[in-house]
Amino acid sequence: MPGRWLPDSVDRVIEVSELTKRYGSKTAVDHLSFTVRPGQVTGFLGPNGAGKTTTLRMMLGLDAPTAGAATVNDVPFHSHRRGLRHVGALLDATQVHGGRSAAAHLSALARSNGIAPSRVKEVLREVGLADAANRRIGGFSLGMKQRLGIATALLGDPPVLMFDEPINGMDPEGVLWVRRLFRRLAAEGRTVFLSSHLMSEMENTADQLVVIGRGRLIAAESVADFAARSTRRSVVVGSPRAAALATLLTAAGASVQPQDPLNTERLTVAGLAADRIGALAFDNHIMLTELTTRTASLEEAFMELTADSVEYLAGQAR
Amino acid sequence: MTIATSVPTTTSAAPVAAPPARFRDVLAAEWIKMRSLRSTPWTIALTTLFVIGSAVAAAVADYNNLAGSHTSLRQPPDFLPFDAFPPSGYMTLMLVAGSMGAITVVSEYSSGLIRTTTVAVPARGTVVLAKAVVTAGVWTVVGTVVSIGSFLVSQAILDGRHAGVSITHPGVFRGLAASALLAPVCALVGLGLGVLIRHSAATMVTSAFTLLMLPTLFEQSKRWSADVNHAMLITVWRRLVQNWQPDPTSRMYTATVTGSWIVYAVWPLAAVVLAVVVVRRRDV
Repeated sequence: MPGRWLPDSVDRVIEVSELTKRYGSKTAVDHLSFTVRPGQVTGFLGPNGAGKTTTLRMMLGLDAPTAGAATVNDVPFHSHRRGLRHVGALLDATQVHGGRSAAAHLSALARSNGIAPSRVKEVLREVGLADAANRRIGGFSLGMKQRLGIATALLGDPPVLMFDEPINGMDPEGVLWVRRLFRRLAAEGRTVFLSSHLMSEMENTADQLVVIGRGRLIAAESVADFAARSTRRSVVVGSPRAAALATLLTAAGASVQPQDPLNTERLTVAGLAADRIGALAFDNHIMLTELTTRTASLEEAFMELTADSVEYLAGQAR
Repeated sequence: MTIATSVPTTTSAAPVAAPPARFRDVLAAEWIKMRSLRSTPWTIALTTLFVIGSAVAAAVADYNNLAGSHTSLRQPPDFLPFDAFPPSGYMTLMLVAGSMGAITVVSEYSSGLIRTTTVAVPARGTVVLAKAVVTAGVWTVVGTVVSIGSFLVSQAILDGRHAGVSITHPGVFRGLAASALLAPVCALVGLGLGVLIRHSAATMVTSAFTLLMLPTLFEQSKRWSADVNHAMLITVWRRLVQNWQPDPTSRMYTATVTGSWIVYAVWPLAAVVLAVVVVRRRDV
């Protein structure tokens, strides 16, 4: 039994190959291929409209792909008969019937998959909704609905879990709880696939990233590798003699730009480490007022990579 | 760290060895869904009262007519059991049953719950069939209560004029059966339309139009028009509860009893089959 949860077992790998979905002339997902492995949290990132939800729907057998295939445990999801036992999914927390209580909602789902009724109480307790079990879902806040959605995903104790934008509407305590939960689920050997349009959400949660833009794969690698891709590792230097320093640094092979057009005393330097800059300044008797290394955040790496694939841009007619 | 500490073993899902979902499980799930909505019992109670109430009104009207004149009844002598089946009451029943049948699916589509349902049971046809069975079951019970109730109450009132008939009176059983089945038949038609249309308002309008308005467009004086009319549920229900022979001198075409039963069977069957076919082909 415990062996079933070993991270290297292949029976809960999500395999997406050449997945394509067209709506008329619009291609939502374009020959997308990637693999999601167990024992890790894999972030699924892309700007709004990149095709994340469409991809998830095809993975869950809700939408039929125009071409290609998505398999969970080597079989297309729709061929499973008891879905909740194979994959737990939270697609959109607001997609519930407001007239039912949380307990009734979960009871019906549990029953349809032959899951013991006692499990309903367990998952409600796990997500912190035990006290709200008999309240109508219609009165729930978005954060509570997200918790209910997570309870739904956990109901069948599945080896694979997929969450679409799970922290929308959650309070800070909820966000922390969700992150810990995802880490724990992955540590248990499960496959956790987490979609978001917020890079910052992934920074603390994900091990692996699948980044898409306009339906195409941009990157599929570890979070560390992804951050390292960014070219924006830079040093901010402040000096009263910034112009002289700029000449020196350029001569030493760095690329130098004013940090701010209005403040000529601060420079952004790329291609030279802070200690080298400090040494050069010291040798030439140039006083420094600031010397700060800026590592590009994951957010910046993400923005940089997806810049040309953003579907909807504010204030710009396409 | 072992899984046993963090994941309850009681429900440990073995993905490889999991037995297939039984239809019974899906059926039970749909039953939980139906009874967990507060609107279900209220709608059923009010509708039942309304139909029986309209049978009371019809019976009381005849009761008064019988007191007012000693002349022979305007109607054929077999007409009085018909007070149990007042069209106003049963047309309302058709409307409500059709709408409620539609709501069982439309509410899932409009809320998006259908996605969760489909992830839980990827076999979409099974879900539609389970919904159909639960809907048919609930409305058959309601229909039976309504038809027997309205019959007994109306005949009890007519008994005051010694004009009531017993439940074993010729033709009465057919009327009771047809009236009991009217609700589930209409509910299944509504359910089928719900799967096809998916949008709440459009489904309600189409359901009401199909069940109640469409038949009025086809009169029974022309052959072709009568043929279409005789394929309509309300026409065949009227024919089946009518316990007297059609007037041979009438120039109207009348539906046959056998044909009427066939129409009764074809509508719900076609609705459910179409729904199952469509739901399997479309994206959720």
